[in-house]
Formats: sequence, C-alpha cells, structure tokens
Amino acid sequence: MNLDMNPSYYVQNLTKVYGGRQVLGIDRLDIHPGEILAIVGPSGSGKSTLLRLLNFLESPSAGAIGFRGEQFEAGKDVSLEVRRSVTTVAQRPILLNRSVRANVEFGLRLRGQRDSAGEVRSALEKVGLAALEGQPARTLSGGEAQRVALARAMVIRPDVLLLDEPTANLDPYNVGVIEDAVRRLNEEQGTTVVLVTHNVFQARRLAHRIALILDGRIVEVEKSEAFFEHPKDPRTSAFVRGEMVY
Amino acid sequence: MIFSGDSGLFEIVLLSLRVSGIALALSTLIGIPLGAVLGLGRFMGRRALVALMYTGMGFPPVVVGLFVYLLLSRSGPLGRLDSPLVPDLFTPGAMVIAQCIIAFPLVAGFTMAAVMGVDPGLRQQVRSLGATDWQTTLTVLLEARVGVIVSIIAGFGGIISEVGAVMLVGGNIEGRTRVLTTAIVLETRQGNFDLALALGAILLAITFVINVAMLRLQGRAFSE
Repeated sequence: MNLDMNPSYYVQNLTKVYGGRQVLGIDRLDIHPGEILAIVGPSGSGKSTLLRLLNFLESPSAGAIGFRGEQFEAGKDVSLEVRRSVTTVAQRPILLNRSVRANVEFGLRLRGQRDSAGEVRSALEKVGLAALEGQPARTLSGGEAQRVALARAMVIRPDVLLLDEPTANLDPYNVGVIEDAVRRLNEEQGTTVVLVTHNVFQARRLAHRIALILDGRIVEVEKSEAFFEHPKDPRTSAFVRGEMVY
Repeated sequence: MIFSGDSGLFEIVLLSLRVSGIALALSTLIGIPLGAVLGLGRFMGRRALVALMYTGMGFPPVVVGLFVYLLLSRSGPLGRLDSPLVPDLFTPGAMVIAQCIIAFPLVAGFTMAAVMGVDPGLRQQVRSLGATDWQTTLTVLLEARVGVIVSIIAGFGGIISEVGAVMLVGGNIEGRTRVLTTAIVLETRQGNFDLALALGAILLAITFVINVAMLRLQGRAFSE
C-alpha cells in the first residue's frame, strides 16, 4: 500500500447541514486505495455523518465526493454500480430475521449472484462462525451478530469497507476476531478500509493513517506513528493523551 | 342438505369462496404496496391518506354496498359507461368490487403498521449493502411478514363474514349471487333455523380452515 498514490476516493469542500446546523465541514480528505484510514474523534464530532456520505446513503449539502474518477455533488445521482462498491458495517448490527447463512448471502442475492464458490462459508470461517451457519440470526450474542455483519460485508468484496465503531461495547475476544478479520481483508484483498472509532488504541493497532475530527472539521491527518508520536496540532496531542473530555 | 351433498349448497359455498378469494387477492395486491408506501414513504399528503385509510378500516360494509350500488346502477357514473370492464349490479363482479373496497384498507392499514415496526436502521443497512429502492422495500416487507400475514387475515375476516354490501349489490339471487352469509339471512327470515345454523357452521369451518392455513404460514415466519 503506497500512501503517496493518487487518491481514488476523496472529499472536497464537503458540508452537511441538518435543520440549519452545519454538522460537517471538511475542506479536503484523501483516502488512498488499499489503506486503512482511521477517523477518530469524540462523540458527536461528525464521524458517522461522514461515513453515511462516503457510502452515498445521504447527499452532501455542498461540496463533492470523488470516487472512481467521478465527482458526486449535492443532488447528483449515484449509480447502483458505484453504490455497490462501498458498504458499511454499523455500530449496531442489524441482521435479518433469517439464518446466519441467509444473512451473509444477502448481499450476493441483491446482486443476483449465488454462492457458487463457497464464499459465504469462507467469510464465516474468517470471523470464526462457520459452525453457526444454519442457526437463526436472532439467537446470536451481540459479538457474534457483529461478526456476522462483518462477514456479510466481506462476502460482497467491496472496494471500500466503512466501519462505524464496529467493536464498541464488545468483549476483548470479539474485538480481536473483528480486528484480525479486517486486517486480513485489507492485506489479502487490498480492500480500502475507513474505520470510525473513538478508541485511539484500536486506531493505532489497525490504521495506516489516522485523522482527527472535531466539531465536524478535520484537525489533522497523519501516518499512524506520526499521529501518536509527533502530532502537529495541540488538539491532537490532547486527544491522544486522553485530555479532551466532552 | 349438507350431508347429502346438495348441489345448490355446493354452488353457494363455491361462489362465497370465489367472490371473497378474488376480492382478497385484489385487496392484497392493492393493500400491501399501499401500506408499504404509507409506512416507509415521507411525502406531502401522507397524513391525509393515512386518515382516509383509517376511515376505510372502520367503514360500515352496508355503506360501502350503497356506494357501489350507486356507482354501478344504470344512472350511476360507472354504470352509464356501459363498459365491459364495469360489472353490472347483481352479479358476482359487483360483489367482488364491494368486498375489495371493504378489505383493502384493512390490508393496507395493518401492513403499514407492520412495516413501521421494523427497525428503521434496517433500511439504511440494506441500502448500504447495495439494495435498490425496490429491493429495500421488499426486504422490509419480508422482515414484517408476520404482520403482513395478519393484514391478509384481517382483510379475509372482514369480507367472508360480511353480509350488508353483498346483499345490496348482489341481490341474493339463487344460483347467481347467493353466498353463505346472504343465504343464512334468507333462511333465518323464512324460519329455517336448522338450515341457517348449518350454513353458519359451514361458514365458520371455512373461516377456521383458512385462518389455520395462514397461521401455519405465520408460524413458519416466526420460526425462521
């Protein structure tokens, strides 16, 4: 993964306004192909809003998102093909009231594909849940449900995987399984990952680069080591030291 | 009459099932998409439509019968068209229209409630996985399938036992528009209480069997 490559995915002069209040205002953020970019920041800083925009689930109020050589501005239609190359694993796993297997296969079925190469089984093995393939999803624990949600996203082989606090409230074992699966997905398939978290330790463990977002604005984006060892902005230093209390 | 396999009775049962079956099928085709749109969509006039639908859910069948009668009568706005698409009064087609108007608000209303009960985050999650609008709506409907089946049961219950509207627009003509409920009314008026009770038992049995079949379907949805 080369961080000096031209970004294929970026946001420029992006703003999002809800009810007259601007919750996001980012001048520029580049996401390089094949990297894991962590976006850290306190609750309510606009991290999840940014992910929804990056997933084209909402339209920006102004500005643009660049992806695959195209610019998507406010009100511009995003093709299904573009939308289908990005997916999100949300903080709260919402599974269908079907079997674990049906849940993981869901994205393939949306695309009119069948699990001909055993991709569902393979994805479940990567999150350590192959044994629960036939079980109803509603019987899973919170950690298992989140692992199924990750397998469901992995099976469709997205170009970009967006993770919104994927391990919040999970025990260390489930955190480890999810982090390992994300790392392997990035290394083996070159999937670009954008990880939103308020856990700086997780960001340090997983990310190649880290961005700090405060009040909807990017404060600093640095390679992981530099972010922690030599932050340029005093607010980054304060956040890393845990002094930024909201 | 029941045990001897009377052909007149057989005709009545068959017509009851045909009229209510077609009306329920049409109501389901109209009511489920309408319920989904009202439950998931946010558009101008939605509240007014919901209020109209709720009114329809409590509409007295005999008033529905009166409206359909006036619409289809020779001097009515549809009757005077003399179109092959518009059924004549005192035909099974007119009865189907009346029952459809009674059942579809019930199907739509219960479907709307069912889809509104689905986790709102599911839609965003499904879209994030690459679903089109149509696939998203279908997924939400499938997640709400227990409630959607209840909506069909409610619609069926509303029409199979209904008498006022079919009496008005069907006329209870022997061999043409006589169904179980209107036959019960007739036999009761003539003092044939044994026969009226027997017809009532058949109606109850049909309702029971169909509801058991739908509950089995619902049970499967529960256990998935």
